Amino acid sequence: MKKEILSGNEAIARGAYEAGCRVACAYPGTPSTEILENTVNYKEINSSWAPNEKVALEVAIGASFGGGRALCTMKHVGVNVAADPLFTLSYTGVNGGLVLVTADDPEMHSSQNEQDNRNYAKFAKVPMLEPADSLECKEFTRLAFELSEQYDTPVMLRTTTRISHSKSIVTLGERANDLPEPKLIKNAAKLVMLPGNARVRHPLVEERITNLSEAGATMAINRRELRDTSIGIITSGVCYQYVREALPDASTLKLGMVHPLPQALIREFAAQVDKLYVVEELDPFIEEQVKALGIAVTGKELISLCGELSPGRIRTAFGLQQPPVAAGDTLPGRPPNMCPGCPHRGVFFALNQLKAYVTGDIGCYTLGFMPPLSAMDTCVCMGASIGMATGVSKVVSEEEKKKVVAVIGDSTFLHTGINGLMDMVYNNSSSTVVILDNRITAMTGRQDNPASGFTLMDDPSHRIDFPLLCKSLGVKHIRVINPFDLEQTQSVLREEMARPETSVIITDKPCVLVKREGVFQKGPAYEVAVEKCTGCRACLKIGCPAIEWRPAGDGSKKGKAFIDPLLCTGCDVCRQLCKFDAIGRGK
Amino acid sequence: MNNRITNILLVGVGGQGILLAAEILSEAVLLAGFDVKKSEIHGMSQRGGSVVSHVRYGSEVFSPTVPEGEGDILFGFELMETCRSLPLLKQGGTVVANDLRIAPPSVLMGREAYPEGITERIREHFPDFLLLDGQKLASEAGNVRAANTVLLGAVSRRLDIDEQYWLQAIERMVPKKALEVNKKAFLLGRSSGGSTL
Ligand code: SF4
Ligand code: SF4
Repeated sequence: MKKEILSGNEAIARGAYEAGCRVACAYPGTPSTEILENTVNYKEINSSWAPNEKVALEVAIGASFGGGRALCTMKHVGVNVAADPLFTLSYTGVNGGLVLVTADDPEMHSSQNEQDNRNYAKFAKVPMLEPADSLECKEFTRLAFELSEQYDTPVMLRTTTRISHSKSIVTLGERANDLPEPKLIKNAAKLVMLPGNARVRHPLVEERITNLSEAGATMAINRRELRDTSIGIITSGVCYQYVREALPDASTLKLGMVHPLPQALIREFAAQVDKLYVVEELDPFIEEQVKALGIAVTGKELISLCGELSPGRIRTAFGLQQPPVAAGDTLPGRPPNMCPGCPHRGVFFALNQLKAYVTGDIGCYTLGFMPPLSAMDTCVCMGASIGMATGVSKVVSEEEKKKVVAVIGDSTFLHTGINGLMDMVYNNSSSTVVILDNRITAMTGRQDNPASGFTLMDDPSHRIDFPLLCKSLGVKHIRVINPFDLEQTQSVLREEMARPETSVIITDKPCVLVKREGVFQKGPAYEVAVEKCTGCRACLKIGCPAIEWRPAGDGSKKGKAFIDPLLCTGCDVCRQLCKFDAIGRGK
Repeated sequence: MNNRITNILLVGVGGQGILLAAEILSEAVLLAGFDVKKSEIHGMSQRGGSVVSHVRYGSEVFSPTVPEGEGDILFGFELMETCRSLPLLKQGGTVVANDLRIAPPSVLMGREAYPEGITERIREHFPDFLLLDGQKLASEAGNVRAANTVLLGAVSRRLDIDEQYWLQAIERMVPKKALEVNKKAFLLGRSSGGSTL
């Protein structure tokens, strides 16, 4: 059998393929993004990006109701967006199997909060599986589809960043070929959730969870490993690996299904060991339920509610010795930065100059809050910037209102920002919205969206016309600008900020990472004429990674700017900042 | 085979080809018949941030990350990042580093200085320290961008993996048009594995 090294995400895509999945739908979000980027390699699976997670789940629900197996993936916060259909899907159940992946991000490597989505499984009353390496990612995905059909329920599959993005060895299998052909079957009593029908379904939902909890006792994925029985540890997911690493002799109960918990198995395990612990990241999800069974257990007294675990943290929690480590030096940090030639840079520079109060959003442009641009004042969740601008304007003075600007990317605008703009127009807000249209979902690694003109399967499609769209929403003042032209950017911003009505400014330069031909074009690199450079540092204010300050080397504060020709894309922004004409196009 | 795990860390700056080097390494280890796990964080690290990739192999590997103070080899693509990750390395561990400085934003803007004397500091704590001019060797092989494969070649001397597996792994992981340059870069790094700067 063929063995490959796959990431958890690649393995989930493989699992879906092997399970005979027909439809996969998602909105990109780290750490879940690569699942769909891999399902698209299997021509049997129709893969697509949806404008947001709610739509993605609805597409998957439709495919399931039509009788095909469907996969829907998102990052943890995406489930907040998809929660509305999810909770009712729990009542309708499925036709073809439906698996919803939630990729959680303990430690917030690239997220705005650390929510533990095991709570969603309990809240929505759906089963949840949690794999501990790539092989399990593949196997559990297959199993999740089977359980989904067997128990007539959506099944959630939870990964965490360490599982999504770490790689381990996977044995590949064949695609299932014995599944029924999808076809339309009407069944309103099950699929139309009006109160009368829903009331009939609710007891079935409760019964299903009880049945699953009982079945859990004999499921092979819930595994008791008895070693030294003085210590017994209940754990799941990547935490199981950390426990095995840090406490190789301890007995473990490795849970592959984290909701509902297999109560009988937990009781048996608890009776076999002297002292019982739960090792889990984030919330005391397992611990509280074990305690509710009346079993004495230690958990969060030892391990923090915050952040990602590691073998080292577990050793510390259990009072074991740590290996000595070399002292860490205090070094300058290396935070991420917008790319050289990023079209967002000029806009943030202008907003900073105008001292705007900027309600921000989620995307590469969130980096606009960092120095030297320092031009973002809020960032809460996808699509929030526009609604927040309306809200801020409702309470501040007429003078301060003029400072309020919402910034939002093309993908984020289409995700959930558009609703905010509708509200802004409808409720006569006077804020300014800047749509940073770089024609791609850049932050997660350049995925297409309805504004890029292509689908995930690389078919050409309609490209949203933002000015026309905004017009149809009732925006009267719409300006399209070149964000590399600082003077234009600043003057248009100033005019629209002063206007006592809603206005939208759209930038029209692509992200430097768009690889599709004819979209992003790199120009010749710029140069600093050393003799003209006075060392005034004006060009450093835009924070382009291609511009370096070179000290004179005599211990003084003096020095000159230098442009790295390999990094510079020739965007022209720095040239406009130099009063001494020292920056120009190279040869 | 006893379950001795070999812990390797590849560190540097986003965009330096660290992830590809880690893929080649893992693939070579798989071909040589070991269990292997590899871990790194994508996302925010893409836009020029620090990157740390963990590769662990042995007869059975549990944690995908190397616990602090247990790294056997620290494989640095950039000097400051090499220094930053020293606490991950065990006492007496090996450092193989590229003699390259990439300024972070605060240094680019002239607010902080790039730290001095990094190589001395590394050597003081970790005498088994191999410093390579990766860019120069990569140019010799035909492309500066193959510095990651040069370093891999240098590291390969310290690992119990047959040369054939390394070359097979490079063939599998590197795109066709860059294959010859990368093989050459690997062999250059491998033969330079003894000398230091
Ligand atoms: S990826 Fe694109 S949008 Fe993001 S920082 Fe780079 S150029 Fe800007
Ligand atoms: S032209 Fe100036 S601002 Fe634009 S990428 Fe080059 S150095 Fe950076």
